[in-house]
Amino acid sequence: MELLQYGFMQRALLASLMVGLAAPAVGVFLVQRRLSLLGDGLGHVALTGVAIGILTSTAPVGTALVAAVLGAVLIELVRARGRTSGDVALAVLFYGGIAGGVVLLSLAPRGQATNLDAYLFGAITTTTAGDVTAFAVITVVVLGVVWLLGSRLYAVSDDEEYARAVGLPVLPLNVVLAALVAATVVLSMRVVGLLLISALMILPSAVAQLVGRSFRQTLHLACAIGVVVSVTGTAASYYTGTPSGGTIVLLAIALFLLVTTAVTVRDATARRRHGRRVEVHAAHPHEHGEGCGHRAVPHGDHVDYDHDGHLHAPHHTGTGVHYDEHSERDGRPVPARTERS
Amino acid sequence: MTDSSTADTALRLDGATIGYGDVAIVRDAHLTVRRGEALAVLGANGSGKTTLSRGLLGLAAVLGGTVEVLGAPVGRLRERGRVGYVPQRHTVSGAMPATVREVVGVGRLPRLGLFGRPGPRDRAAVADAVDAVGLADRLEDPVASLSGGQQRRVLVARALAAEPELLVMDEPTAGVDAGSQEALAGVLARVSARGTTLVVVTHETGPLAAVLSRAVVVDSGRLTYDGPLAGAETLAGTGGHHHPGEDDGPLVPGYRLDQPRPAPDAVRVRNGSR
Repeated sequence: MELLQYGFMQRALLASLMVGLAAPAVGVFLVQRRLSLLGDGLGHVALTGVAIGILTSTAPVGTALVAAVLGAVLIELVRARGRTSGDVALAVLFYGGIAGGVVLLSLAPRGQATNLDAYLFGAITTTTAGDVTAFAVITVVVLGVVWLLGSRLYAVSDDEEYARAVGLPVLPLNVVLAALVAATVVLSMRVVGLLLISALMILPSAVAQLVGRSFRQTLHLACAIGVVVSVTGTAASYYTGTPSGGTIVLLAIALFLLVTTAVTVRDATARRRHGRRVEVHAAHPHEHGEGCGHRAVPHGDHVDYDHDGHLHAPHHTGTGVHYDEHSERDGRPVPARTERS
Repeated sequence: MTDSSTADTALRLDGATIGYGDVAIVRDAHLTVRRGEALAVLGANGSGKTTLSRGLLGLAAVLGGTVEVLGAPVGRLRERGRVGYVPQRHTVSGAMPATVREVVGVGRLPRLGLFGRPGPRDRAAVADAVDAVGLADRLEDPVASLSGGQQRRVLVARALAAEPELLVMDEPTAGVDAGSQEALAGVLARVSARGTTLVVVTHETGPLAAVLSRAVVVDSGRLTYDGPLAGAETLAGTGGHHHPGEDDGPLVPGYRLDQPRPAPDAVRVRNGSR
């Protein structure tokens, strides 16, 4: 592989592997919590940290991490106070972050501020060996915390009120999640960019959510998708000369559209098949019941009837009895929109 | 003597005022519930019955008086995991897919501490809880593939998995088909027989009437009745005492959703005393 001969490319691919794994691992909780844009906001805040790093000649990864984590904790505390101004407070913090970053960067010595684009949208040539080490530490911490606290983060993201009622430490867990998001934002700043990282947190989760059956499966799938689009996009940007962040995100969006279309077509086909059977059944009205001539198959909380090889699950509608098709294998009813028309 | 009576008491409200921010919704409530009792909290929409239950869970603020849950002031109850909660919600909400096992498994978390991982004992409790609500064969199915009534039962199972000493349920039968209501009544009868204290907030006891022995009626934030469930029925039936429940139909066993009744707003406007 030609692109692996270059040191900068090896580092960029390593960085993209790590961010591809970590971003969806925190992103699924943000999607669950309907806080998809938190990563975006923290990306803004991290920019101020980057600027401070450049101005003081410190490694910008470190200062960005500090700024983003502080911003994350602040956001959670503001949200927990729960006053109406919370929304406005967030806006002030987010836009203050990006404005502060831009202004501070303009004060930097000539020549330095020009790589603002690289921080915002990613550039594969910028990852240093020091960055890779820092990213590795961040990745291990992020994945470690998700592994340790994942079920608690799930509980709080899923139903915060229930979590509070049964005594889970809601605020600390929310702060931990926000801090994880902040760390992941920083992880992204070389290959994906601070303005696009949110996409890598959300899009793989959005794709996985369409096909996953369990939360755990969805989480794993999202991470796998994240790695694939991140590494592929980084490699592609080497050949096309486009910013890596934009390339990765466009790939992720293409995948999202593809899977959405496939799932829509699958559901529509299932519904059409259901509709056809409804017509067939309407042609010979028959109510299943004891001794109706069809084999009764107990199924959970109801009884299915074996009707020429497919299972009928009765349920009552406004107009009478309607039968869903229950396949024997997975026991899930086929979506039945037609009955309502 | 004091100790044993405290140990016997699941709930004690003494002049309790409960609300949000600084707005009092339930005022000066006095109520003592012994362990193992099964209490119905009845009242019309907007009467404050849900706020009362949220006060027991630490979800609404205690603005005055005392609310003690399982022997400790509600704000200082260490082991909240001893309390089970079924929220007033028709479906499991999450944006991400989750299986029945995963949702119900959340019920065990308060018992595991911050870092504990579920062991065989926890897995058994989850399986038992799911079995108790009659969804054993759906354990690995995504909750989104379940009907609304089944999803409500998943939320009940989540509360049961905690093996709570006190179980608070908010409108568990609202919008649930008759079959699921019967099933729920059966579950609650078994839970109650085990000694769990039940607090069920509802405006239609339906089949649950067989389980709930005692009732309080909340009207405009005040407790206006405390006694046998059947007495609440008489109260509503005779109409000797005015409360919003009259317009809602009787607050009685067997009250059904499909009976016509005025829109909640109409009730609230006429009785809007706040």
